[in-house]
This record gives sequence, structure tokens and C-alpha cells, in this order.
Amino acid sequence: MCGTCGCSDPSNVTIDDGRGVHTHILADGTEVTHSHERGGSQHHAHEHGGSQHHAHEHGGSQHHGHEHGGSQHHAHEHGGSQPHTHHSDRSIAPAHDTTLITLEQRVLAKNERLAERNRAFFLGRKLSVVNLMSSPGSGKTCLLERTLTELRPHVDVAVLEGDQETSNDAARLRQTGAPVVQINTGTGCHLEADMVWRGLSQLDPPAGSTLFIENVGNLVCPALFDLGEHARVVLFSVTEGEDKPVKYPHMFRRADLVLLTKTDLLPYLEFDLDRAHSSITEVAPDAEVLQLSTKSGEGVDAWVQWLKRLSRETVGR
Amino acid sequence: MHELSLTQSIVATCERHAEGQPVKRVMLKVGRLAGVELDALRFCFGVCSEQTLLREATLEIEEIPGLGECQQCHQRVDMDRLIAVCPCEKRARLRLVAGDEFMIQAIEV
Ligand SMILES: Nc1nc2c(ncn2[C@@H]2O[C@H](COP(=O)(O)OP(=O)(O)O)[C@@H](O)[C@H]2O)c(=O)[nH]1
Ligand SMILES: [Mg+2]
Ligand SMILES: [Zn+2]
Repeated sequence: MCGTCGCSDPSNVTIDDGRGVHTHILADGTEVTHSHERGGSQHHAHEHGGSQHHAHEHGGSQHHGHEHGGSQHHAHEHGGSQPHTHHSDRSIAPAHDTTLITLEQRVLAKNERLAERNRAFFLGRKLSVVNLMSSPGSGKTCLLERTLTELRPHVDVAVLEGDQETSNDAARLRQTGAPVVQINTGTGCHLEADMVWRGLSQLDPPAGSTLFIENVGNLVCPALFDLGEHARVVLFSVTEGEDKPVKYPHMFRRADLVLLTKTDLLPYLEFDLDRAHSSITEVAPDAEVLQLSTKSGEGVDAWVQWLKRLSRETVGR
Repeated sequence: MHELSLTQSIVATCERHAEGQPVKRVMLKVGRLAGVELDALRFCFGVCSEQTLLREATLEIEEIPGLGECQQCHQRVDMDRLIAVCPCEKRARLRLVAGDEFMIQAIEV
């Protein structure tokens, strides 16, 4: 969240392209863009793009247009026995009565629709998109730093960097020369498809590139939110318990690739590799598994090859 | 806690369908393997429904137990946690038949 901005809703999402342009997304979806003078004082006024107002239009009286997807009609089942008539598909029940409105609507449907829109964008741009997920500290940013450096001579790269607060990781990654946009989720513990969409408009990734999305460090929440990515890569370091995958099955079960990271530390630990592998197999039998150490470089080449193959498969090059 | 953003989405959807009328009940269907904590969901619902048409609404959650079906032996397996492989000899993949639902069934206005 922007410390200098008046918006105090803790669930605000901010997007920072590293050039001082800054977009806030309020909880109700209102978008507010402004620029900060880089390196300026902590406290400064800013103009909010265009409309100036932080008007929050809340549901209620706003637009009542609703799309009923195919089979979703408003079936009304009335608890009481008194029959009454309906005008249109909207029921107007007598004040003393109650009306049951059947929705049968999946809660994640909206995110999935927005993920579909991302997928269409990725297809149009011929992007190969990787969603990197793990607990905090498993080594996502370090691996990305190294990966960007290795890939850049061969493939264009771009990064959407998700964290609750700070642009530290984005700043680290920009040193590789790759375009990076930071998405701060505030209290939000995961990225959602619409945050990625908004990040994309600032990132403007080059056609044919490999786009990395570093999700917020968390093994629970990001698992449920499709971002439209081509591959889900879950990192799991040897300093974590061997049974992490079984403990966090939602995250691991849809992984396309599991990376066992920090293998340079194995000699100093009592980490049972066989147990780790069987834990992965138990929840994600179809996932590929690679072991690597960003520090020593062991296994990094296989990961880079995996990315190049993904890029060839998705982009068709 | 992803339950917060999920609950915000539930409240927004219910408000849209309530069309200005106060909501008395919200009925959800949540599978035990959906990756959603019911206590967190209830807590967030209390917070998110304040100052909305749902502020008086009671939240009713129908829980759906996890059920898998083996792709080889076709037996049905109760799943109290997400497992991918059938306990049978073939150790074949289990297909999730039920338990990952997360739906707004209905609202009462
Ligand atoms: N020994 C060792 N440490 C690593 C390795 N990769 C990352 N680290 C350390 O792990 C910590 C967290 O790394 P970071 O990339 O920031 O993790 P993230 O939170 O997943 O992005 C840092 O202190 C890194 O130096 C590795 O391959 N070997
Ligand atoms: Mg990081
Ligand atoms: Zn079986």
C-alpha cells in the first residue's frame, strides 16, 4: 500500500512499474493512478489520474445488469404456500414473505473468467507464462535473478513481482535488465487474475517473451487462483520439511513442475530426499520434479532447458 | 487469508442479485477439500457484510465430504484429505468426484 496516499483501505492493491507511476486498485475495483517523485520526501501531494475522486460505488443501487450464463436462471422456490405472481424474472415478494433466489454460482467463477482473458492476451502476444509459488524464503527471487540472466541472451523475459509490501524484489530483478512490474497486494496474500491483468498493461511484455509471475510467498492462498498461466511451478527448499507437499496438497497437486531448491545445503541437513520425492508423488503424481541450487548452480541448466521447452511448446518456436 | 477476498466476492454477488432488498439468508455449498477454511469464512462474512444488504443475513454452509473414484478399479474412496492415488494395489489416479465445490447456492430476501 502506498504510505503517502490517502487511500486507507488495507486491501488496496498497488502496481509500480519502477518509473514512479503508481496505480491503486481499491477494494471495489476503482482504479486510481498517480505518480510519485522518485526519491522525494516521504510526504507529498499527488494528483489522482483523471477523475480525482475516490468515489466508491458500492453494489446496491449501481448497475443491475447481470449476465445469466446459460443454465443459470432465477428459479424461485417459495418457502410459504401462498402463491404469487412474478413480473419478469425478478421476484417481487410481499413484504411479509421471503423469496429464495437460486444462484448456483461458483465463487471462483469471476476469477476464472478474468484468467481466461489473461490467457487470450498471452496467446495473442505469444507469451509463455510461468506462475512461481512457494512459502516465503524458498528462493523464488534468487532463482529468478539467475534465470533472467541465463535466459536473456536467448529469450525475451519479463516479470510480474507479487509481494504484500515493498518493491525490494522488483528492484533486485531490474538489475538483470529485465522489465519488472511490482504488484503489492497489501493485506492480500495471493495474486488474482485481475491484478495480473492490470500489471500487464504497465509491463507491456515483448511478444514471444517468457513472463514470470512471482506470486506472494504463501503455500495456501495462491493455489485457488488461476492467473491464466501456462505452467505452475512450486518451489520447496530442502530447509523445509520433507512432507510439505502432503501438508499443502492444494498447492502441489496442480503443479506442473516442483523444484526442490537449495540442494547445496543438503550436506548440512538431515533432509531425506526420498521422503520428499514420495511426498510429492503422493499428491502430484504427474508433476515433473527437478532439484537445483541457485547458489552452486547445480540443476539450473535443466531448469533453463525446461523453460525453453515450455516456451517452444506454448509459443510454437 | 484468501477467505477475505472470496468473501468480498460472495457479498458482492449476493448484493447484485438481491437488487436492493435486504438479504435474510445466504446459502453456500463448500466441499471439505475446496481449500476454504469455514471458520475464516464465517469470520470474514461478519466483517464484509457490515454496511451491506447482507448485514442481517445468516450464513448457512452445507459441507460436502470428499469423494474420489479410482481410474482403474473404479472403487469410490472417501477422502478426508486430498490424495491423488488410490489405496488399491494398482495405485492408480483418483479422480475427485466431490468435495471441491465452492458455490453460492441461493439467497433468501
Ligand atoms: N544456500 C542457499 N540459499 C539460497 C538459495 N536460494 C536462495 N537462498 C537464500 O534464501 C533466502 C530467500 O531467498 P529469496 O529468493 O528471497 O526467497 P523468496 O521469498 O522465495 O523470493 C535468501 O537469503 C537467499 O540467499 C540457494 O540455492 N542456496
Ligand atoms: Mg521473493
Ligand atoms: Zn483403485
